[in-house]
Amino acid sequence: MSKSILVDTTKCIGCMSCVAACKETNGLPQNEETELSADSFNVVQSRAGVFVRRFCLHCQDPTCASVCPVGAFMRTAAGPVVYDADRCIGCRYCMMACPFSIPRYEWKLALPRVRKCTMCAPRQAQGLPPACVEACPVQASIFGERDELLAVAENRLRENHTGYVQHIYGEHEAGGTSVLFLSAVPFEALGFPANVPQDPLPTFTYRVLSKIPTVVSAGAVLLGGIWWITSRRAEVAEAEKNDLDKSGGE
Amino acid sequence: MDHNKLPKLTFWRAVLILILASGLYSTVLRFTKGLGAATALSDRFPWGLWVGFDVLCGVGLAAGGFTLAAVVYIFHFERFHAIVRPAILTAFLGYGLVAVALLFDLGRPYRIWHPLVMWNPRSVMFEVAWCVMLYLTVLALEFSPVVLERFRLTKPLKVIKAITIPLVIVGVLLSTLHQSSLGSLYLIVPSKLHPYWYSPWLPVFFYVSAIGVGLAMVIFESNLSARAFKREIEMPLLSQLGKVMLVILGIYGLMRLLDLASRGALGLLREPTTETLLLILEIAIGTAVPVVMLAFRQVRENREGLFATAVLVITGFLLNRLNVSVTGLEASSGAHYFPRWTEVSVTLSLVGAGFLFFALAVRYFGAFESPPLPAGARQ
Ligand code: SF4
Ligand code: SF4
Repeated sequence: MSKSILVDTTKCIGCMSCVAACKETNGLPQNEETELSADSFNVVQSRAGVFVRRFCLHCQDPTCASVCPVGAFMRTAAGPVVYDADRCIGCRYCMMACPFSIPRYEWKLALPRVRKCTMCAPRQAQGLPPACVEACPVQASIFGERDELLAVAENRLRENHTGYVQHIYGEHEAGGTSVLFLSAVPFEALGFPANVPQDPLPTFTYRVLSKIPTVVSAGAVLLGGIWWITSRRAEVAEAEKNDLDKSGGE
Repeated sequence: MDHNKLPKLTFWRAVLILILASGLYSTVLRFTKGLGAATALSDRFPWGLWVGFDVLCGVGLAAGGFTLAAVVYIFHFERFHAIVRPAILTAFLGYGLVAVALLFDLGRPYRIWHPLVMWNPRSVMFEVAWCVMLYLTVLALEFSPVVLERFRLTKPLKVIKAITIPLVIVGVLLSTLHQSSLGSLYLIVPSKLHPYWYSPWLPVFFYVSAIGVGLAMVIFESNLSARAFKREIEMPLLSQLGKVMLVILGIYGLMRLLDLASRGALGLLREPTTETLLLILEIAIGTAVPVVMLAFRQVRENREGLFATAVLVITGFLLNRLNVSVTGLEASSGAHYFPRWTEVSVTLSLVGAGFLFFALAVRYFGAFESPPLPAGARQ
C-alpha cells in the first residue's frame, strides 16, 4: 500500500498551476523556472511539443535513502520519500546517486540543505492530496493507491493503443517508483533516462556490502596465519644460526 | 640558517607561501559565502575536485602505509624496516589532510561526527566514514613510537610495541575495506558513469590500484627525501618494491582488460571520444608503460629509471580516479565541470601542507632513523 501520482503527459496543457501550488505550499519564491532548483521542487518543461512535469519520483526503494551515510532520507510507509535537514552533513551523495538526478542543493548558502519534492507528506498526513494534483484543472495528474493508478494507466494504454507509448514509466524503473508517467512520445525525448536499471539500485551496492563480513574474517585469518608462519620461520632461522654459531665456536 | 645549507628551499618556500595565502583567501570565501561561491560545483555536478582529487586520490596515495606495514610486520621482510616509518608517516599525514579536505567539501562540516551516532549501514559512505576514522586512529598509534621515542616515554612505548601485530592486522583490514569501498561508492551509478569505468569490479580495481600506487609513492618519497636531506637512497630495497609493483600493475592491467572485454566496452574504443582518449592515456601512463619499463632490470635498478616509473604510475592513478569521479560522469550529467581557481588553491594548499609537515616530521622526529629492531628479532 503506498500513495502514488499518475502523470498523463498527453493531458497536460502547460498551465503551470501545479508549479504555483507547489511553491505556495512549500513557501518558495514564485518565480517561473524550467529547471529544478533549490526553490523549485516541481517544474513543467516543454519538450518535443509535450508538456512534462519534473519532480521527485519517490522510488519504492529509494537510492537517495540507501546512500545517505546518516539516514537523512527516508521512505515513509505512506509512500513519500522525505528528508530530515537536521541529520544531513551535506556530502551530496544523494544527488550523485539519484538515478533521476532530482535532489538540489542550496549552493548559495553558507549552511545549505538538500531540497526536493516531499509529495506533500505533511498534507497527506492530514488526509489531503498533494497540492500539485489538487491544482491541476484537467486532471493530468491524479493521486491514489499505486495499484489502482497502475490499473488506470494500463486501462488507458489498452484503450488507446496508438495514442500512447505502451510503457508506464516508473512501473519498473529503479525497482519501481511511486510517481508514474504516461506519454505519447518516447520517454527519452521527454528527458527521462532510458538506461535506468529495473533492479532497485541499492541492490548494486548490497551485493558488495554483504561480502564485507566474509572479507574481514577471511582476511584476519589469512594475515594472522601468514604472520604466524613467517615469524616461526624467522625464529627457526635464528635458532639455527645460533646453533651454527655455537658449534662453530666450539 | 637553512638558507646557507639549502638555498634551493627558499624558492619553494616562496611558492608555498603564495599557495597557502591564496588557499587562505579561498577558505574564508568557502566558509562565509558557501560552496557556490568558492567552487564550480552545481546541481548537475555535485562532486568535483575536492572529492575526486583530495579524497579519492589522497586516500589512494596514502596506501603505502598499510602496504609496507604488511610487508614488514606480517610478511617479515625485515629489510624494509628502514622505510616503513616514512610510509606510515605519509599515510597519517595523507589521511589527516583528507579529513581536512572533507571539512571543506561537506556542506555542513560541523556535523562530520554525525555518522558516529546516526547510522545507515546500507550506505557505502557510512562504511567509508567509519573505516577512515578508525584507520586514522590506527595510523596515529602506529606512528606514535617515533614521538614516544623522541620524548623517551618508555612505558607507553612498550604497550604500543606489544600490540604492534594486532594493530597492523586491523590497519590492513580497515584499509582493504575503505580503499575498495571508495570504488563501491560508484556502484550506485550504473546509468550515469561511462561504461569504460563503470564496472561491478570497481571495488577490486580501486583496491589493487591503491596497492600499486602505494608502492609507487614509497619509491617517490624515498627519492625526494633522499635528495632534500642528502641521505643515501636504499636502492636495493626500492628495486625490490619495483618488482612487486610490476606484478601488481600486471594483474591490474589484465583485470581491466578482461573486464572491458567482458562488458563489451572494448568496441567503444573505435569511437574517437574524449573518454576514449582519457582511457588510453590512463592505461598507457599508469599501467602499460610502467609494466614494460619495470620488466627491465636495468630500469628497476636504476635510481632515475625507477623514480620515473613511479611518477608515471602516480600520474596514471590520478587520471584514473579523476576519470571515475569527474570526466566519466560528464556525458550523462549534461554539464561541464572545471574547478574554479579557489577550489584548486585549497587543493594545492593541502598538498603543500602535506610536504611541509612531512619535512618537519622528518627533521624533528627523525622519521628516517633506523628504528630499533622489533621484539622478535632483538639480540
Ligand atoms: S527520484 Fe531520486 S530523490 Fe526521488 S526518491 Fe528516487 S532516488 Fe530519491
Ligand atoms: S547530502 Fe545530506 S541527505 Fe544527501 S546523502 Fe549526504 S548527508 Fe544524506
